[in-house]
Amino acid sequence: MSLDVLKQLAEQFGRALLRTHSERGDDTAVIEAAAIRAVCLWLRDTPELAFDMLTDLTAVDYLEQGRRPRFEVVYHLYSLPRRHRVRLKVGVDDPAAEVDTVSDLWRNGNWLEREVWDLYGIKFRNHPDMRRILLYEAFEGHPLRKDYVKDRRQPLVRRPAGEIAAALGQRPAARRSLI
Amino acid sequence: MRDAKFARPLPPDADAPLPGRPALLGHGQQRNDGQELPTEEMVLNMGPSHPAMHGTVHLRLVLDGEKITSAGVSVGYLHRGFEKECEAHTWAENFPYTDRLNYVSPMLNNVGYALAVEKLLGVSAPARAQWIRMIVGELARLSDHLTYLGAQVMELGAFTPYFYVIKAREWVWDLLELVSGARLTHAYVRIGGVAADLPPDFAARTRETLERLSAVVEEFDRLITRNRIFMDRMQGVAVISADDAISHGWTGPCLRGSGVEYDVRKAHPYLFYDRVAFEIPIGANGDNMDRYLIRIEETRQSCAIIRQCLQQIEPGAIQLTDPRISLPTKAQAYNTIEGLINHFKLVVDGIEVPAGEVYSYTEAGNGELGFYLVADGSGRPVKCRCRPPCFMQMTALGHLLRGLNIADIIPTFDTLNMIGGECDR
Amino acid sequence: MGLEFTTGRLADAINWARKYSLFQYPFVTACCGMEFMALWGPRFDVARFGAEFPRFSPRQADLLMVVGTVTERQAPVLKRIYEQICEPKWVVSFGVCASSGGFYQNYSTVPGIDHVIPVDVYIPGCPPQPEQVLDALIMLQQRIQDGRGWSQRQQQLEPSPRDPHTRPPQP
Ligand code: SF4
Repeated sequence: MSLDVLKQLAEQFGRALLRTHSERGDDTAVIEAAAIRAVCLWLRDTPELAFDMLTDLTAVDYLEQGRRPRFEVVYHLYSLPRRHRVRLKVGVDDPAAEVDTVSDLWRNGNWLEREVWDLYGIKFRNHPDMRRILLYEAFEGHPLRKDYVKDRRQPLVRRPAGEIAAALGQRPAARRSLI
Repeated sequence: MRDAKFARPLPPDADAPLPGRPALLGHGQQRNDGQELPTEEMVLNMGPSHPAMHGTVHLRLVLDGEKITSAGVSVGYLHRGFEKECEAHTWAENFPYTDRLNYVSPMLNNVGYALAVEKLLGVSAPARAQWIRMIVGELARLSDHLTYLGAQVMELGAFTPYFYVIKAREWVWDLLELVSGARLTHAYVRIGGVAADLPPDFAARTRETLERLSAVVEEFDRLITRNRIFMDRMQGVAVISADDAISHGWTGPCLRGSGVEYDVRKAHPYLFYDRVAFEIPIGANGDNMDRYLIRIEETRQSCAIIRQCLQQIEPGAIQLTDPRISLPTKAQAYNTIEGLINHFKLVVDGIEVPAGEVYSYTEAGNGELGFYLVADGSGRPVKCRCRPPCFMQMTALGHLLRGLNIADIIPTFDTLNMIGGECDR
Repeated sequence: MGLEFTTGRLADAINWARKYSLFQYPFVTACCGMEFMALWGPRFDVARFGAEFPRFSPRQADLLMVVGTVTERQAPVLKRIYEQICEPKWVVSFGVCASSGGFYQNYSTVPGIDHVIPVDVYIPGCPPQPEQVLDALIMLQQRIQDGRGWSQRQQQLEPSPRDPHTRPPQP
């Protein structure tokens, strides 16, 4: 059963399918970005496959590995009637590029895509509501990109600096000793 | 006839409205000009710090009278940078962060994360460790469901049953404290095993605790489930069809409430869940009541699973002995140079996980808890993504609330069992 | 039979009354909330300290319990709630996340709520044991009695002769 989905995908989409593997038992298909919507729609609506659940949608930043394309958008699909899974991956190199939305195929795609936009800065074309979801609108940058420094904070409110210093007992360094 | 003189004669047109004022309407009366009472749309903000919204969610409700015409949900007030933190720490150091995802049942997250890393490494823990993981995991599920039950009834105004279940939860926590040394944030599971063996009298104490706990759950059930007020607020409220629930990515008790039989423990057994007998409760209506009843039944099933585990568990190793994965024993680390170096390398550089990616999934308190890990061969993850079950459930909240009354928000929100740490990570 | 009387400062009597009738507003965000629930529960029973009843409106409370991680996104909410509480008011920071950010030192978390509002008592622990919280409550009561709470000090016009810690409000 395990190679089934990949084989059928290859038959159906031939050239749009860039690579496949089944490492550690997880069927994976790397797909041309332009084809993702068509592939998802086909996977969802083909009765033998019936991928009716979008389990997860996220992205990975391979900046430190020096890989091209830099970003990968990762979809995990699950089929409740057939009890099988597949992972689809789409490479995105230019952060300004857009990936087609799947928010109209599965309803939770809406929030998951917003989350990817929020944390990685990858936009989804035709998404109804492309806003930040976990962070606030005033936040600049996308924190899960590898070039975002982990503790660069962007405060919305702070007490006056003198009061904070007094509260910290004039030893702000003491507060940072844990890190 | 005698009283007639006391009756004041009515003015000829008493029913007519006073000039310039609308007629006062009695109960159930229609305005005689055929119009409804005029209502205005009103916008109401609930949260993010609202007493009845445990966890921090902001609802923006558009109301027509008491009816909700649309509800905007915004989450993310507890986004604590779980993934960023994980990428900065070694594989083994991430256990405390996973504890704080679904902080009502930390052990289940520990187990889920450990299984994911082990899948990536291509190893599996010794049998005894797996049994222990099942026991502590089911105890955590009990803690999760008990907390849910307490919060559910408390927020519907019944404070006393809350004390009952919190009392029972303390017993569960006592057991977990006995095992791990911490009441809530255990960080007890390790890659390739668990941190410590069960204490000698654990089995006896657990059996005895389960006795008492079952009694509390039964008492709670008798007290609450058939309560008229409770039923009115739960039954037939916030119904979701199976198709909608699936499309929203629901899993766990909420999905089963809509009648879909999907439980990772049965559908894709991990650990030794194929060696214990248990049932999966399924709802029929997909309303609040079903989601509540399923959790009650699951506490009973969890008790049964723990009893069977205690019967089947056998003595043995609790941790792999592979020096690339497990820390050396204290004696080795103190007395031999190899042990010391090994310990140093594992703590400072971390376990070297071969490059690759993996998606591993377990059944947590709220549904399918997945971890998508990407490794590049170093001691730290490239990506450590947690698939949060209650995030998916929250995506449906806006749809569920539309058309309900304000008073229905609280029970509906409760049955989704949104846990901030997991939803916002 | 002589006249029986006792002397004392009015402020002491008021503070005595205040310290046994704390009305708390729980600002519960994260995992510490689980331990906070346990605190109300039968085993630890915070009712013994006269601080059991939560007021779910900041305007009726005088003790703000900040329980759990406060993120940058939530900081304005916290500040606003603090400002809505009437004087005198006290703040307890429950758990290391509220006190210092704990082990979340990243783009999203506030490194201690004292960067946003003044705090009277910090409770360490992740999460703190309920016993620690009870200890902190007793500590806070002592502070209230001595008039050392942050907002009490702001109100005081003259230093108290009894308490070396009391200073006139800084300009
Ligand atoms: S101090 Fe620990 S337990 Fe409390 S909110 Fe922070 S992480 Fe959670």
